[in-house]
Amino acid sequence: MTERMSNRRPETGAFFRRDLNAHPPAYAPIYKTSVLRSPRRALLSLDGTLSEITGPVFGHNILGELDNDLIHNFAKPGESAIGPRIIVYGKVLDERGKGVSGALLEFWQANAGGRYRHKKEGYIAALDPNFGGCGRTITDEDGSYAFRTIQPGPYPWPNGPNDWRPAHIHFSIFGHGFAQRLITQMYFEGDPMIWQCPIVRTIPDRAAIERLVAALDMEATIPMDARAYKFDIVLRGRRSSLFENRLEGN
Amino acid sequence: MVQSLDRLKESPSQTAGPYAHIGLTPNFSGISGVYESDLGVAMVNEKTKGERIAVKIRVIDGSGTPLKDAVVEIWQADAAGLYNSPSEMRGAADPNFTGWGRQATDMATGECLFETVKPGRMPFPDGRLMAPHITIWIVARGINIGLHTRMYFGDEEAANAEDPVLARIEHRVRVATLIAPRDGDTYTFDIHLQGERETVFLDI
Repeated sequence: MTERMSNRRPETGAFFRRDLNAHPPAYAPIYKTSVLRSPRRALLSLDGTLSEITGPVFGHNILGELDNDLIHNFAKPGESAIGPRIIVYGKVLDERGKGVSGALLEFWQANAGGRYRHKKEGYIAALDPNFGGCGRTITDEDGSYAFRTIQPGPYPWPNGPNDWRPAHIHFSIFGHGFAQRLITQMYFEGDPMIWQCPIVRTIPDRAAIERLVAALDMEATIPMDARAYKFDIVLRGRRSSLFENRLEGN
Repeated sequence: MVQSLDRLKESPSQTAGPYAHIGLTPNFSGISGVYESDLGVAMVNEKTKGERIAVKIRVIDGSGTPLKDAVVEIWQADAAGLYNSPSEMRGAADPNFTGWGRQATDMATGECLFETVKPGRMPFPDGRLMAPHITIWIVARGINIGLHTRMYFGDEEAANAEDPVLARIEHRVRVATLIAPRDGDTYTFDIHLQGERETVFLDI
């Protein structure tokens, strides 16, 4: 944990209520694994306390030069991962539309054949010796981020007898408070597999699903090199603490 | 017509899936050489102030089986009750304590172990003191949105009895689901995702 790359005054307000109707419910039988892993009782609702409005901060010093380049960060010198070369870029915003600076993003994905580098993964597609599948970056002052990777492939998974995941990239995001902690997935514009997927369909609202579909951006494409997809992520907003802070300052 | 509030909607959560280790604990999953070490494995160093403790956590599904593919994150105050965070306005936390830890549950036993210090107390928004506690966030395959809960300490009976969050639990028999017993320097906290002993999870 080190210095924040900002001279903005830290915010201390509690976070907006989470709209649980825009998230998947814990119990979603179309996604079979959720059946035994879902709390069934009502959650205890609380306004944020210090334990949730604070959160860890990660400095740029944790980042290696290739952390945001999945094409090269696992490859042998002079080699690169196989697959369609893409750039994923966007902003981390909060629900007020403010850019979230200093947010740690971690991402992971299958290779171009739809195979993960993991000991529990059994899909017959080949491993790419030059592709690890993980990367990370930290957002700039205005919440912007970018990384380079290959477009992952779709793959089958044991749920129904013939379920396939659409091509996707997993994202883990740290905002400014532990209450903002979020893990989600990015999908690709135009992929017909999105609407077939039981995990996607755990999200009850079509408009909410569309917020996870990255747009192809030909203007940001690097000619003769890599296409670009834009993916903005929105974290919970927070109240102004202007009228809330007690004089003692807690 | 009125002016628009111009609010965006939070991105919907999706499960971390079976391979969350690749992104969150790549060295643990066997992907070495990308990051020097996995984030969150070390919370303390030799200069950290406070009482050293270990916290052993399991996440147990509705059949009684511990999850062997979960990732658990904890966030806590230092021994003086201060958070190592820019939003902490009450003073500077111990610079030798990160306050944040991350562990994958063991692929054979389902256990994960955090080496940390016992946190101090800190105020609830109305000024009353909360009992020492650790904030916990759990993700895994089959968990559609990360689960927030808290661990309180079994040897803090007096503080627990006046904790404003524990006091909000309507069914008093469930308070015990948030309290970890102590054995030597180790607290053991079993989180039950469902069933008779379902842990109290927080919408926070």
